[in-house]
Amino acid sequence: MTDVTAPGASRRARGLWIAQGAALLLLAILAGVIVGETPLPLSTVAASFANHLWNAGLAVDPIDAGIIWSYRLPRTLVAAACGAGLALSGVVLQALVRNALADPYLLGVSAGAGAGAVAVTILGVGGGLLGISGGAFIGAALAFAVVAMLARAAGGGSAQLVLAGIAGSQLFNALTSFLIAKSANAEQARGLMFWLLGNLSGVRWPDVILAAPVTVIGFLICLWFARAMDAFSFGVSSAASLGIAVRQVQIMLIGAVTLMTATMVSLVGSIGFVGLVIPHAMRFVVGPRHARLVPASALAGAVFLILADIASRMLIPGQVVPIGVVTALVGAPGFAMILVRNRRRL
Amino acid sequence: MKLEARSVGWATGARRIVQDVSFEVTPGETFGLIGPNGSGKSTLLRLLAGLLARPSGAVLLDGEPLTSLSRRDIAQNIAVVEQIAETSEALSVRDVVELGRTPWLSALRPFGAQDRVIVNDALEAVGMAHMTQHRWATLSGGERQRVQIARALAQRPRLLMLDEPTNHLDIHHQLSLLRLVGNLPVTVIIALHDLNQAMGCDRLAVMDEGRMVACGPPGEVLDAARLASIFRVKATRLRDPADNATIFRFQCPGE
Repeated sequence: MTDVTAPGASRRARGLWIAQGAALLLLAILAGVIVGETPLPLSTVAASFANHLWNAGLAVDPIDAGIIWSYRLPRTLVAAACGAGLALSGVVLQALVRNALADPYLLGVSAGAGAGAVAVTILGVGGGLLGISGGAFIGAALAFAVVAMLARAAGGGSAQLVLAGIAGSQLFNALTSFLIAKSANAEQARGLMFWLLGNLSGVRWPDVILAAPVTVIGFLICLWFARAMDAFSFGVSSAASLGIAVRQVQIMLIGAVTLMTATMVSLVGSIGFVGLVIPHAMRFVVGPRHARLVPASALAGAVFLILADIASRMLIPGQVVPIGVVTALVGAPGFAMILVRNRRRL
Repeated sequence: MKLEARSVGWATGARRIVQDVSFEVTPGETFGLIGPNGSGKSTLLRLLAGLLARPSGAVLLDGEPLTSLSRRDIAQNIAVVEQIAETSEALSVRDVVELGRTPWLSALRPFGAQDRVIVNDALEAVGMAHMTQHRWATLSGGERQRVQIARALAQRPRLLMLDEPTNHLDIHHQLSLLRLVGNLPVTVIIALHDLNQAMGCDRLAVMDEGRMVACGPPGEVLDAARLASIFRVKATRLRDPADNATIFRFQCPGE
């Protein structure tokens, strides 16, 4: 623990952690670029990077270069941003509502974002002014408001919130299905259903330019409020008596969660379990304090979703399995394990 | 730190939990709140700490109304130990006590060597320094209470509010805690159930059905008639020949 080490030593230790984390993330991104249906040798990848970053002018097959630069790299970067964003959303929600089961998927935020995105795509809500991401943001915020109000009306407990989240998820998922059934043609419907299960296939550079800044901003907000999230450990009233401006902190953090979740859902559909499992797994590794939990969860979420994306491409040759299916296949047993281990510890 | 309550009250729906309570606590004083269950002691404490929404009346800290202070300002002056503190996080004793430094820290002013000293002192003061790495979930009720008090001490408050802090403690820890609190160089407002322990306060306020019905030195406030009407007990004053201290013996009326 920090109490036995001198401040200088703990700063060095932190530096080491950051360096290791960055190295791990870069390795995962490299893996995401190399591994695929046509495996590309490291030398080709390196040459292509050199060409793009420093105009090296090395000879690379233009098809390989296209796969690397226009297809796999943006896809991998978006996977990283999504994984980090969803894991951070889970960390924040679990801290604020003090419920181990809180995550954007279970609290209906993902479902709301999906409904908002579909409403914009099919019905043209917003008359073109509202992009898919804007629709998703409004849907996510609306869903969060509905779930929060329902939970409060039901008595405001922790269990009530999860139940309200389930009701909210069902409502917004039903709304999405209804919109698709009523207004989409067969091809649109197929595309939307595939997208809703989570899918990184269509991801290009403009998506990176949206996802990366949103995740970085969300990460910085979470880091800024790390101590405030610690203060919520004993509840809202205890946080207030420790000097936390509860309402302000809640608005900032829930705003960050809504922004991150909505962006990720609008880009890649709704991906479950990352927000739930990653923060819990990281609590076992780095402990419950948010100054460590926030960066650890962001990193683990990013790496996990890159690996899940690789698996989704490789699992069935010639076919892409929706990434939401992969995360659920890994996440559900992972979560069961966490529950059981958690019980034994208590 | 001087605290003044002016006609303080709080209601939930149509139910008035606390109404029209006024008093002053002078710097350095240990001020006790007593009263039967449901008389409004806990609510009054939370009102005084500014933790309840839509209060009526005013609470002044050194002449400044609480409502004009930020939560952070208040937390740098007032620390609260509530009756119930629960968490599902796997926090260690040290983690919990470090939470007490929250009002003094920010993203730009991180936890430093001085904070570490303050936290160690607080752990030492409640006799928990040997258990810093123990998990919150593994602690007994009494240990949790002491850790929460250490957390409050780590806040370095000028005013400490405690809601029935001796509740879960064995008799030794009850007495040592009260001595610890009494020796602190801070103003203390403490809600107590044990009337013999309340005798140790400088002044007592008696709450009944949300109102303050008496306020003054313990010897004056706790007379037989009041104990009979409010606490519904027959009280006999006894004198301990060892040190001439007054103690009460209580019986249910009709015994």
